[in-house]
Amino acid sequence: MSKRAGSVVNADSPTRRMPSAGRHAAVIALAALALVPLWLGDYGRSLVTETLLFCIFAMSLDLLMGYTGLISFGHAAFFGVGAYTVAVLGALFGIHPVLGGLAAVCLAAPLAVAIGFFCIRASGVYFIMLTLAFAQLLYTVAIKWRSVTGGTDGLVAPRLGSGTETYCAVLLMLVIVYFGMRRLIASPLGQVLVGIRENEARMRAAGYATARYKLISFVIAGCLGAIAGALFAMHNGFVSPAVLFWMLSGEGMVMVVLGGTGTLVGPMIGTAVFLLLKHFVSIHSSHWELLLGAMFIACVMFFKQGIYGWLRERWLPGSRP
Amino acid sequence: MQLVGFQILNGLVYGMLLFLMSAGLSLIFGLMRVLNLAHGSFYMLGAFFGLAIVRLSGNYWLAFFLAPLLVVVLGAAIEMLFLRPLYRREHEGHLDQMLLTVGFIFVFIDIVRSVWGGDVLGIETPDALTGAVSFLGLFLPKYRAFIIVLGLALGITMWLLIEHSRLGAKLRAGVDDADMAAGVGINVSRMFTWTFALGCGLAALAGVAAGPMLGVHAGMDLEILILTLLVVVIGGMGSLKGALVASILIGEADTFGKAYFPEGTMFLIYVVMVGVLLFRPTGLFGLRQHE
Repeated sequence: MSKRAGSVVNADSPTRRMPSAGRHAAVIALAALALVPLWLGDYGRSLVTETLLFCIFAMSLDLLMGYTGLISFGHAAFFGVGAYTVAVLGALFGIHPVLGGLAAVCLAAPLAVAIGFFCIRASGVYFIMLTLAFAQLLYTVAIKWRSVTGGTDGLVAPRLGSGTETYCAVLLMLVIVYFGMRRLIASPLGQVLVGIRENEARMRAAGYATARYKLISFVIAGCLGAIAGALFAMHNGFVSPAVLFWMLSGEGMVMVVLGGTGTLVGPMIGTAVFLLLKHFVSIHSSHWELLLGAMFIACVMFFKQGIYGWLRERWLPGSRP
Repeated sequence: MQLVGFQILNGLVYGMLLFLMSAGLSLIFGLMRVLNLAHGSFYMLGAFFGLAIVRLSGNYWLAFFLAPLLVVVLGAAIEMLFLRPLYRREHEGHLDQMLLTVGFIFVFIDIVRSVWGGDVLGIETPDALTGAVSFLGLFLPKYRAFIIVLGLALGITMWLLIEHSRLGAKLRAGVDDADMAAGVGINVSRMFTWTFALGCGLAALAGVAAGPMLGVHAGMDLEILILTLLVVVIGGMGSLKGALVASILIGEADTFGKAYFPEGTMFLIYVVMVGVLLFRPTGLFGLRQHE
């Protein structure tokens, strides 16, 4: 049964005309970002670059958490695979990082199909357990397979170019991913995903093969996560098993929840706030994880709409998230 | 042959620890529909509380009883203060509770690391359990034999409690339909607190029991959590029998894997899991999900 999904749309579409204030703010923010490398020093630019690439990571996770209603506790798997692909191809075979990035996506897609097949097959609460389990499996592989991954010592990854060049590439990628995601969410496919989040039983009753749609979402999110990871390797010039560790998956969840689940701008704001806090707190204290956990708990309990949701409630009344 | 027999017993020991973990996790999920991802953290806390008590008092048995008790109190507090306010959330309340428990993983690992540091520490085996016993012609360290007995005894106690006691009947009523159970006068809210607290206590007991054998270190939380989750996936969520069978299966696979192909242990376990998932998506003894 083939079906256009236009009718399932609820008030969630981000393609509704953005209020003009919001649009102006977006354009100004983008222009400001593009200018950053001109007046920030190396350290600041590197921090912004990192933030931008983690924005891609958080957005890809939000496609699962916020739009499809699949809580993944193993998204680091794809980030890590992306990063390691670039690093391994570069270090062992001297392959240019851009080609490495393409290879990362080509590798992440079938991997996401395989992992997604099992995780989605055993639905519900099993999903979160299995995503975590598979990610930890990959983490173990990265540590044990020393001849290729360098084990716990990590691996030197080929850089993309100078700091400014990398910054521009990451920014460009983020813009592409952002607009791509907007199109995706607004498309019939995106609306089916939102429908699954809202009420999967009803979508199934309406004739959608929900498992297949969830798998598609999982694969797209996996590929985008791998892109973020590949960019991380090119930016950082070094990859260690930490990129596959559960901690990163957890941090991704915090970024999404902090900024606002089920939006595209939210995860970006969340990422920026998160990383700024992390850098600031790490300088002054060793209790970053404690703060991270406390922040996460507080967000889930009292601040579920996230920063972006709160801003919207306050400044743009009437535009429901 | 001797060696194989010894490995089987070792696998059984590890399986018993996993059983204590997965039974608690499964029990909590069965009643509250909450996946407690901080379950491994309570295991870790149990071990470290045990370590602290042994250091202070020099008495392992005090630690063995007191450490789980402390974690029971902690679990009850977390349930009442953090989880309870979210039950009434209409949409995605259970997902929120799950996210909440992820926050506690971070909190506890930070606390443990800053109090006890990042090294692997050990709890000394109590005097009464040093040495070995002979069993079917095999020599088994007494402490390991003790864990096997402990696991089996607790398993039987839990089974009797759930299937053959008034409390268990109330619990099963709550699992089937919490609203209806509340309607016939069962205090479901108190039941939730007790279940969560006791589940955490079981994890802590596993932790303090594992201490003398496996060592105590920050990071043991996720190690055991992953295996516990795999046990629950294979055995089926909400089934005590499934938890027991799958725990022993994983315990054996892990032990044999470590002995015969140390590089591929994890793969062996995942192969088992993938095989089960292909044919029984809800686990060996799991019920079909109605959601």
